[in-house]
Amino acid sequence: MTAKTLPLPSEVPSTGQFDIQKLLRVMWRQRWLYFLMLPTLIYFAIFKYGPLWNAQIAFKDFKPLLGVVGSPWVGFKHFETFISSFYFTELMTNTIIFSVAKLVLGLPLAVICAIALHETWFLRFRTFVQTMIYLPHFLSWVIMFGVLLTILSPGSGLLNEIIQRFGGEPIAFLTSPDYFRGVVILSDIWKETGWGTILYLAALLAISPDLYEAAAVDGATPLQRIWYISLPGILPVIVLVTLLRMGHILEAGFNQIFVLYSVPVYSVGDILDTWVYRQGVLQFQFSLATAVGFFKGVIGLVLIFTANRVAKRLAQQSIY
Amino acid sequence: MLYSKTRDAVIFQIGLAIFLTLILLIILIPFWRGIITAVVPLDIYTREGVPFFLSPTQWSFEAFKQLLGHSLFPRALFNSVVITLLGTAISLALTIPLAYGLSTRSLPGRKLIMTLILFTYLFSPGLLPVYLLITGMKLTNNYLAIILPPAVSVYNTLVMMSFFEGLPEDLKEAARLDGANELQVLWHVILPLSKPILMTIGLFYAVYFWNEFFTPLLYLNDNDLLPLPVLLRNILTSASFNEYVEYDAFSSTSLESLKAASVLITMLPMLLLYPQIQRYFTKGTLVGGVKE
Repeated sequence: MTAKTLPLPSEVPSTGQFDIQKLLRVMWRQRWLYFLMLPTLIYFAIFKYGPLWNAQIAFKDFKPLLGVVGSPWVGFKHFETFISSFYFTELMTNTIIFSVAKLVLGLPLAVICAIALHETWFLRFRTFVQTMIYLPHFLSWVIMFGVLLTILSPGSGLLNEIIQRFGGEPIAFLTSPDYFRGVVILSDIWKETGWGTILYLAALLAISPDLYEAAAVDGATPLQRIWYISLPGILPVIVLVTLLRMGHILEAGFNQIFVLYSVPVYSVGDILDTWVYRQGVLQFQFSLATAVGFFKGVIGLVLIFTANRVAKRLAQQSIY
Repeated sequence: MLYSKTRDAVIFQIGLAIFLTLILLIILIPFWRGIITAVVPLDIYTREGVPFFLSPTQWSFEAFKQLLGHSLFPRALFNSVVITLLGTAISLALTIPLAYGLSTRSLPGRKLIMTLILFTYLFSPGLLPVYLLITGMKLTNNYLAIILPPAVSVYNTLVMMSFFEGLPEDLKEAARLDGANELQVLWHVILPLSKPILMTIGLFYAVYFWNEFFTPLLYLNDNDLLPLPVLLRNILTSASFNEYVEYDAFSSTSLESLKAASVLITMLPMLLLYPQIQRYFTKGTLVGGVKE
């Protein structure tokens, strides 16, 4: 691909000035490597850069008959339509509520679980708990939906049975706008917190045992040990994860919401991605939907760069 | 860690154990409920709903029989296996050479390729442009529509790349001096040394393809092609069960049992593979492989 025609001079082990013959010799020596990478590079050109090319319809009035190139340019029309529409606030609010709540409630719980697992004396029990709490991460949201139904369904769900036993009325958790957000946030925490502990556990295990021994000699209580050694030890990881998640704040969990939501809860459950899907694929508003996707992509890019810069300053670490 | 068994420490340990047991119960109860819902016999269900406990001697496997007796489940299972195996193979075949090439620091153009690849990781224009590409390529009702767009994960490529970078350079040099070309170096020297990372990344790809349900729903209209998660979703959201089960289903089991049983059937292959997957959660492959 472009790699062959546009080598970077800085990459060439040269004696000082740019030597095209030497460069070509190095490239010829590495010809097998280029040949090996060629299929993947072609793949990237088609399946990663092809969509980027198609994204130009965000600035056009796309007509399938005219094609991507032939459709007329309209500038920022679709972006303006979206931002001035009533959907804009609703979608942004829902998206940000979901991702912030999942982070703010999920992260402390993951840290607490990791510390509890790290502190416990019962190692077999620890392994067993770890195995079980990682499991939901590997199940798809469709399966999770089925599992949730056995707890939340108004007919036979466990929670509703308990509510009824205490004299209450069954609640349609998944289709009621009052409860839907809570279901989304809590079910995500249920599914992903266990897996989230893995990073903090790794960081806890990397803390020098000397520190804990010194604390034991000084007669520190368990809580002092956690507060003064464990937490500071994993703080960089906590900061990094938080920043990374802030960078992805517009990713509110498409698969999850797509499976769980339904028409009655669109107003509290619809996020950018689900709206893009409905407008684009179901309503054929290709250009408008692409513009919204593009908008989300640009914000995401800016956020991730900002997050990375902050991470570099705070923890001298890069997140990508 | 030093264990000083003071009274405080013991009380603290008891508190921890209670906390962890509580977490464990919160994770396990929904699964337990799913199992009981699937096996509760119809007469108990109509009398008192789904009980919390049910002695195994009373378990009825009627719902499983009804579902597996129909051709839909075995076919969807087969489709899922095909998508997962094909997808994982294609993903690895595309990821390995790229990761290997990028791990060669002296390769002219490496930085450019890296930048172009990282850009696709950091900026995504969303669903619609991919949808137009796939439908434009006439890939609807083709498994390639599900497999190709996500086939190479940039993240996985970078993890694999840093593993390759960690392998001793001398080995590659020795093979090159013996006249091996890069293809042979990769095949005979690098890959045999890289089993852990290949297994880990392969499993991540496999889990992804096994669980994927949105793109099959988007690109496959032919019912014979649907994988398990899509069939499960159709079952869970449908009010009528007549197309999914044997004719006499409702005389012997309840709708709730059928739904719960289809969840369990869909979950089972993952549960069987899970111990294998779990072996590869090593610290080194998961953490710290993301940096460039």
